[in-house]
Amino acid sequence: MDTDLTRLLAREMAALLRSGETTSRALAEAHLEVAQRQNHALNAWLVIDREGALRQADAADAVLASARRDGPAALVALHPLHGIPVGLKDLISVEGGQCTAGSRILAGYRAPYDAHIVERLRAAGAVFLGKTNMDEFAMGSSNEYSAYGPVSNPWDLDTVPGGSSGGSAAAVAAYHVPLSLGTDTGGSIRQPAALCGVVGMKPTYGRVSRYGIVAFASSLDQIGPFARDVRDAAALLHAVAGRDARDSTSAPVPVEDELLHLPDGDDEAVAWLRGKRLGLPREYFVAGMDPDVERRIHESVTFLVDAGAAVEEVSLPHTDYGLATYYIVAPAEASANLARYDGVRYGLSRRLEGGDFIADYLATRGEGFGAEVKRRVMLGTYALSAGYYDAFYLKAQKVRTLIKRDFDEIFASGIDALVAPTSPSVAFRFGAKTSDPVAMYLADACTLPVNMAGLPGISIPCGLSEGLPVGLQLIGPAWSELMLFRAARAFEGLTAAATWRGLEPAQLAEADDPAGPTPAERAAALAGSA
Amino acid sequence: MAGLSRSDVEHVAHLARLGMTAEELDRLQGELNHILEQYMKLAELDTETIPPTAQTIELENILRDDVPTPSLSQAAVLGNAPAREGEFVIVPPILGGDAG
Repeated sequence: MDTDLTRLLAREMAALLRSGETTSRALAEAHLEVAQRQNHALNAWLVIDREGALRQADAADAVLASARRDGPAALVALHPLHGIPVGLKDLISVEGGQCTAGSRILAGYRAPYDAHIVERLRAAGAVFLGKTNMDEFAMGSSNEYSAYGPVSNPWDLDTVPGGSSGGSAAAVAAYHVPLSLGTDTGGSIRQPAALCGVVGMKPTYGRVSRYGIVAFASSLDQIGPFARDVRDAAALLHAVAGRDARDSTSAPVPVEDELLHLPDGDDEAVAWLRGKRLGLPREYFVAGMDPDVERRIHESVTFLVDAGAAVEEVSLPHTDYGLATYYIVAPAEASANLARYDGVRYGLSRRLEGGDFIADYLATRGEGFGAEVKRRVMLGTYALSAGYYDAFYLKAQKVRTLIKRDFDEIFASGIDALVAPTSPSVAFRFGAKTSDPVAMYLADACTLPVNMAGLPGISIPCGLSEGLPVGLQLIGPAWSELMLFRAARAFEGLTAAATWRGLEPAQLAEADDPAGPTPAERAAALAGSA
Repeated sequence: MAGLSRSDVEHVAHLARLGMTAEELDRLQGELNHILEQYMKLAELDTETIPPTAQTIELENILRDDVPTPSLSQAAVLGNAPAREGEFVIVPPILGGDAG
């Protein structure tokens, strides 16, 4: 068979597995080959686990063979992800494997158990291709804060993939895997999905158990899927969502099986839009936004209107306070979560002569954490320190209430979902924002209010701007993931014939060059020429 | 509010247990003050009567039955310890004097 297996969607792979036209091993080998060949140029993977992936694939094939003997019903009963390669952000624990969270302080650490979502994926029969690169402790919007080097965006290798889940997004965009998982604390799934031209969803806070995930900001962190289309993303969320007693914030809310049955037909998908009320929040069209990105969003809105949706301008008046609120709450929680890296129980350890344990902590953490993590731990420690708690942390939590109320009032007024840009710009060049922390923070201006309110949001491709992908963000009330996927699927149906839909990332051929520059070399060259 | 002085930065770094060079502290002083300026925007809002939000999706306490289940094995727990002796993790001395 001449089909390039890596170009298929996960559900197309699943169909070929069931019909016996391919095997999980063939899928794993095809994807491993591309991932290994291109990792020099992309650095999307911190580990490519060839041996483990092939072992899992063989096991999946054995189950398939036995199901085939048992008849069609047994084949249908297999999970849609059975035998499908998946990438995992390197802050997800897989027993016996590394889990660096992109940090030097966890170099050499081996996870002693599986994360809940890993257990779920194993039960589904998914195949783990490896662990993807990320900003250190998920703090960043460009993947340039990884201790293991930056990641290139397959659309333009001199630009960033976004962050913090930059490796997960780039790996899906470059056909290394059809599916991957990331985490989103202020936009870390949606923003890289937008910049790499793939689908990414941040579910409602509490939708997916975080047991076995390295914590960043515990009142904000959520796990979610990346995929190359909406139906694949919904199937991956379905596989990992649901209550788990080991994460006390995971909610006992049913996960709808309809996530696996979004409409296949474009017309049926589009018909869902008729009579829906969509809100266009004026505050999300921020000053400094790329005008061409804004044009793509407005063009997308006209498509939605033409399909029968009622789109009205709405206001979320406290949006402008989101950035300051987020950059108090998230660092405060991070400073507490990262206190565990003490060099005593696991991870990097520096023991100095003389036996002063404080000096050991200072040395371990000073050496183990990178610049952005230090900045945030400093901010958080300061915001929580005596005398400043009321002025900063308590104030931010009160403003968080106002941000959440803005959303509550909009949805209570009958708006089904909000439509907004995911990112104020397309992928930017290496080094463009690393000299000013606030400029980097602004990359998440359109995504972080959603985390502050605990709501679900999805980013879907909506076209290109000067050859780089633009993401459209849909935001819904709590637990409305199924509705957001239906809306996203409708948009996919509306734009099924668009020219940009058929385009592959523009620099995949360059990424094949084993003699080309690495992302770190590209970043250094750009810094030198600036 | 006045910005962070150099000695404030050193104090917070010590509270956070982050050992840093003089150059790092210099750079952080400028960066942190730049970020703190952004925080000032929140002072525009009157939040006197607004309750704080610590948790967005409010859950009632969920209780489970108290059933014993196996924990991680000792080997798994000790496996990542940077320094160990037999069944023990070697920790730095915290009470002064000899490590024994």
